[in-house]
Amino acid sequence: MLKFILRRALLMIPQLILLSLIIFMLSKAMPGDAVTGAFMSNPNVSPEQVEKIREKLGLNDPWYEQYGRWIGKAVQGDFGQSYVHKQPVTSLLAGRIENTVLLSLFTAIVIYLLAIPLGIVAGRWTDTWADKMIVTYNYFAFATPLFIFALLMLFLFSFILGWFPIGGSGNIRIDPGSWEYIVDRAKHLFLPVMSGALIGTYGTIQYLRNDIIDQKIKDYVKTARSKGVPEGKVYTRHILRNSLLPIAAFLGYEITGLISGSIFIESIYSYPGLGQLFLQSIAQRDFTVVTALVMVSGAAVIIGTLLSDIILSIVDPRIRIE
Amino acid sequence: MKNPVLEIKDLRTSFNIKGDYYAAVDGVSITVHENEVVAIVGESGCGKSALALSVMGLHDRKATKLEGQVNFAGQNLLTLTRSRLDKVRGKDIGMIFQDPMTALNPLAIIGRQIEEPMDYHMKLSASEKKKRTLELLRRVGIKNEQRVYEQYPHELSGGMRQRVVIAIALACDPVLLLADEPTTALDVTIQAQIMDLMKELQNQMKTGIILITHDLGVVAEMADRVVVMYAGEVVEIADVKDLFENPLHPYTRSLLNSIPSNMEGKEKLHVIDGIVPSIQNLDRKGCRFAPRIAWIPEEDHEEIPEMHEAAPNHFVRCSCYKTFYFPEDRVGEKEYVATNS
Repeated sequence: MLKFILRRALLMIPQLILLSLIIFMLSKAMPGDAVTGAFMSNPNVSPEQVEKIREKLGLNDPWYEQYGRWIGKAVQGDFGQSYVHKQPVTSLLAGRIENTVLLSLFTAIVIYLLAIPLGIVAGRWTDTWADKMIVTYNYFAFATPLFIFALLMLFLFSFILGWFPIGGSGNIRIDPGSWEYIVDRAKHLFLPVMSGALIGTYGTIQYLRNDIIDQKIKDYVKTARSKGVPEGKVYTRHILRNSLLPIAAFLGYEITGLISGSIFIESIYSYPGLGQLFLQSIAQRDFTVVTALVMVSGAAVIIGTLLSDIILSIVDPRIRIE
Repeated sequence: MKNPVLEIKDLRTSFNIKGDYYAAVDGVSITVHENEVVAIVGESGCGKSALALSVMGLHDRKATKLEGQVNFAGQNLLTLTRSRLDKVRGKDIGMIFQDPMTALNPLAIIGRQIEEPMDYHMKLSASEKKKRTLELLRRVGIKNEQRVYEQYPHELSGGMRQRVVIAIALACDPVLLLADEPTTALDVTIQAQIMDLMKELQNQMKTGIILITHDLGVVAEMADRVVVMYAGEVVEIADVKDLFENPLHPYTRSLLNSIPSNMEGKEKLHVIDGIVPSIQNLDRKGCRFAPRIAWIPEEDHEEIPEMHEAAPNHFVRCSCYKTFYFPEDRVGEKEYVATNS
């Protein structure tokens, strides 16, 4: 098992190198560079001076030397300076990563808390009124665009009812660590989490429901019934174990998907996370930040895949690696 | 006469197809006695598997209508509630399934799957259960039982898995075993091994067995009594020796005539005309086999075919057996004089 994880982790290295190469090439292929971004609009800097600065910064070196410098620093956690924010990219990301991970984690938890029981009910009691209601909810969730739903939630619960703050991630005046602080953070998280979770359930519900319907006519379920296993146990001991397998395996992808897909939610709730920063940075051509963000979310996807592989190999004996 | 273990009386199993119910098992009565092997034979689709699943209550209750009686140990299994039925199946009745590749839960170790019926029907400690399970594994011919106990189904071959399926059925010492084509999904050499195992177990355990098969070789080897089914009905019941020596019903005779080893110098293998009608298209009036022996005149069939005791303990449906003949046997004869047997 440990060997398998280690081998999979080692496999991540070439994946990450390839990813960083592609990102670097793409950023180089974009018109302009760091110097044009910083001094273009400044009439006091002459083209000769710009060229000097370029030379000094090493922007005229061959691409592999530049890439080497960039990746060498990046490995040490230094992604350079943000042109817009005039501070190191790393410190810009630090607080936001935590915010986004928190948001994604809670969204994932709420999604599973809702989707697994609903999927089980719909799958076990197919064609009952409960199933029909769940399926209807599912179609609704599937068809609703996230940005409209999030706006509606914001409008209703923050603007009209005033139950929750309009935006942000917390009140900075409250002392971190206190009970009050936790309540405040939770209040700020509630609407973004709910907006993402309430309509983020459809995939899991539909998958689970269909898989249970598939599983319950399988032969091994007949075997279980022929042993005299009570119906409830037929589900918990046999059907659900098989049906939850793909759901568990998908956990890794789901969480990283949420991390890299939080752009809408964070923008609408002006929640200071990676998604919001990503959108702003693209609009302001803040390339160092954009490349760092793409790199981070790319790495998150690779790690998520690894996580899914590990989970699957733990829960499914058929692909367990000794 | 030995005591009956299971009495199926006028069982009718109907499936809901687009709102209408069609009987796949249509008024079947069979009795199984202690220590008796009753084979049920017939083509695919004749209702033999539906019969076994009806006895075990394994049909989807919403889409299936069950009528008649299945009397076992003083109660009608068809009318039992689910929880009462669960006290019978797995304990007093064990079932062996057709396809060992799919009959086991892929996510549980073999040991747990054999122990599971004991969880519900026997009061044993964990170590006693394990001991019993290892014993069962040895009894079904698995030699490295300690290892197999810990293994998952995908790590075993088809023959091994079928042995495990048999061990599950035997876990709580049932008095009746239902074997639904236990060798159909296996290759020929393994089939022979599994049949030998079942025979051996039957000799040791003295259970009643309903053996569902379309393999007449298996029937000849294992069965005490044979029930021949066609299109949801029983057409002939006889002791195994009687049936093979003196088959009466045209369907039974056609089946036996279709075995290559019974050709006796003939050049062409006998083929039964037509196909088994599907349950929606089945004509339920008159002799159901009549369309497939069209050369027999209509008046030779009964209007409402009944079971007749043609010989002691040898029952046959409809009167057409009296005048039935194979057309290829009559080639060259100009006139045919009906001879009643």
